Amino acid sequence: MSALFSSSEILETIRMVQVENLDIRTVTLGISLRDCATSDLKETCRRVYDKITRTAERLVPVVEEVESRFGIPIVNKRIAVTPMALVGEPSGAEDYVPLAEALDRAARTVGVNFIGGFSALVHKGFTSGDRALMRSLPRALATTERVCASVNVGTTKAGLNMDAVRDLGHIIKETALLTADQGGIGCAKLVVFCNAPEDNPFMAGAFHGVGEAECAVNVGVSGPGVVLAAVRQHPEADLGTIATVIKNTAFKITRMGELVAREVSRRLGVPFGIVDLSLAPTTAQGDSVAEILEALGLERCGACGTTAALALLNDAVKKGGAMASSYVGGLSGAFIPVSEDAGMIRAVKEGALTLEKLEAMTAVCSVGLDMFAVPGDTPPEVISALIADEAAIGMINKKTTAVRVIPAPGKKAGDMVEFGGLLGRAPVMPVNTFSPAAFVARGGRIPAPLLALSN
Amino acid sequence: MEEKDGRAIVTVIGQDRVGIIAGVAGVLAENNVNILDISQTVLQEFFAMIMVVDLKESRVGFHELQTLLAAAGEKLGVEVRLQHADVFRYMHRI
Repeated sequence: MSALFSSSEILETIRMVQVENLDIRTVTLGISLRDCATSDLKETCRRVYDKITRTAERLVPVVEEVESRFGIPIVNKRIAVTPMALVGEPSGAEDYVPLAEALDRAARTVGVNFIGGFSALVHKGFTSGDRALMRSLPRALATTERVCASVNVGTTKAGLNMDAVRDLGHIIKETALLTADQGGIGCAKLVVFCNAPEDNPFMAGAFHGVGEAECAVNVGVSGPGVVLAAVRQHPEADLGTIATVIKNTAFKITRMGELVAREVSRRLGVPFGIVDLSLAPTTAQGDSVAEILEALGLERCGACGTTAALALLNDAVKKGGAMASSYVGGLSGAFIPVSEDAGMIRAVKEGALTLEKLEAMTAVCSVGLDMFAVPGDTPPEVISALIADEAAIGMINKKTTAVRVIPAPGKKAGDMVEFGGLLGRAPVMPVNTFSPAAFVARGGRIPAPLLALSN
Repeated sequence: MEEKDGRAIVTVIGQDRVGIIAGVAGVLAENNVNILDISQTVLQEFFAMIMVVDLKESRVGFHELQTLLAAAGEKLGVEVRLQHADVFRYMHRI
């Protein structure tokens, strides 16, 4: 072979794609809708639909061309837009469901499976638009199929808006009830953030932040299967060596993301934003973050040692990935969604992984308590308190955390909820039943931590 | 081809048998695609052949050539892929 190509490298690439499920998880086109805001909601909806369908018209065909040319599967094409609370606000409308419907129609027209940005940033307080959006969330999530929503309730700089946290307990319960016939699937499309990133390409938490350009191409890589295969090849290696193996693998995965991001960006004529280094699992056997932890030597994910193993994995992925891309951003860490990872599902079903351990794990990785189901009769204040705990971890550790919880209607601990497709299936986890009601009812704002005083 | 650098990689993976190289090379020749380099190895129990090809003078587009090669592979009982060379360069080198 010529010096530029080595047979072993070529075959390694082929094996990673064919055998180990290497793919690009998502190409997400960020679009600013700030110029769509008007004083009339109907007109705003029309502009929103027109701008998205015009800007993203070529997204799907271009991504498919790149996929075929490079021979690397690109699983999802998605769109992220400006937080809609900002776009709807000048209209003075009380109900933003029509805006969600406009996003849904636009997503259908351009052929993307999810559109993110039905969002509000309320970490310090609410504006009228934020309140209208939050009020509309349950119905918006129940009546649309492709719209994803998020609410940022805290930052390290601002503290935690506990009024928003309190309200979200009720909003999440109501969303579950309105989508009860599908296991409460509406909640799978709602992320509650602390320190939300403005350039995250992954759903359901993607939105196009206010500091972003007019448009940007952001790419999320995948590859738990590739890391798992690499770890399994070194059953005897010490943990320093394993960290290096993971770094090397993460480098290669991220290079594919960088290549795809640059090529899609060039062909669309839209600036390249970031590559998100996250290890995103799927329910396919072997494409699991939990199984990587088990390959490191734990009998089951959730055993003592899980947090340490995850810390090693998460850090090594970042170190390898950071070398491979010129712009890294988004969430960039290992994802541990329960319903979307076969190993996580098994660990919960076998009693190895509890909610408390899951929370500990989120302190050392991206992104939070993700895609887990709790009993349908869990009171709203318990949901709020779960969110507060997770947001506090993010606030104090200067990292992104998020909660995507499904209080599965009619289900009790130990039952299964089926969402189907990418969202997978979740075993219902028991929740601590002692009441946080009085704490949540206090409301107000948890002050920003001392860490925020960094100037 | 639209690229200035028209290099692509053809990989052939499957059970070894008579006529694989001839079959694949035949499709390339018919379409005026030059083979720059060729190597053969064994991947686990499978036969693997790798060709570096130049598509600058190709008579057909990338996608059409992919389809023709895949069809030839099907006749031979092997998997034939055509991928842009950047994939392999980018993954392993900065």
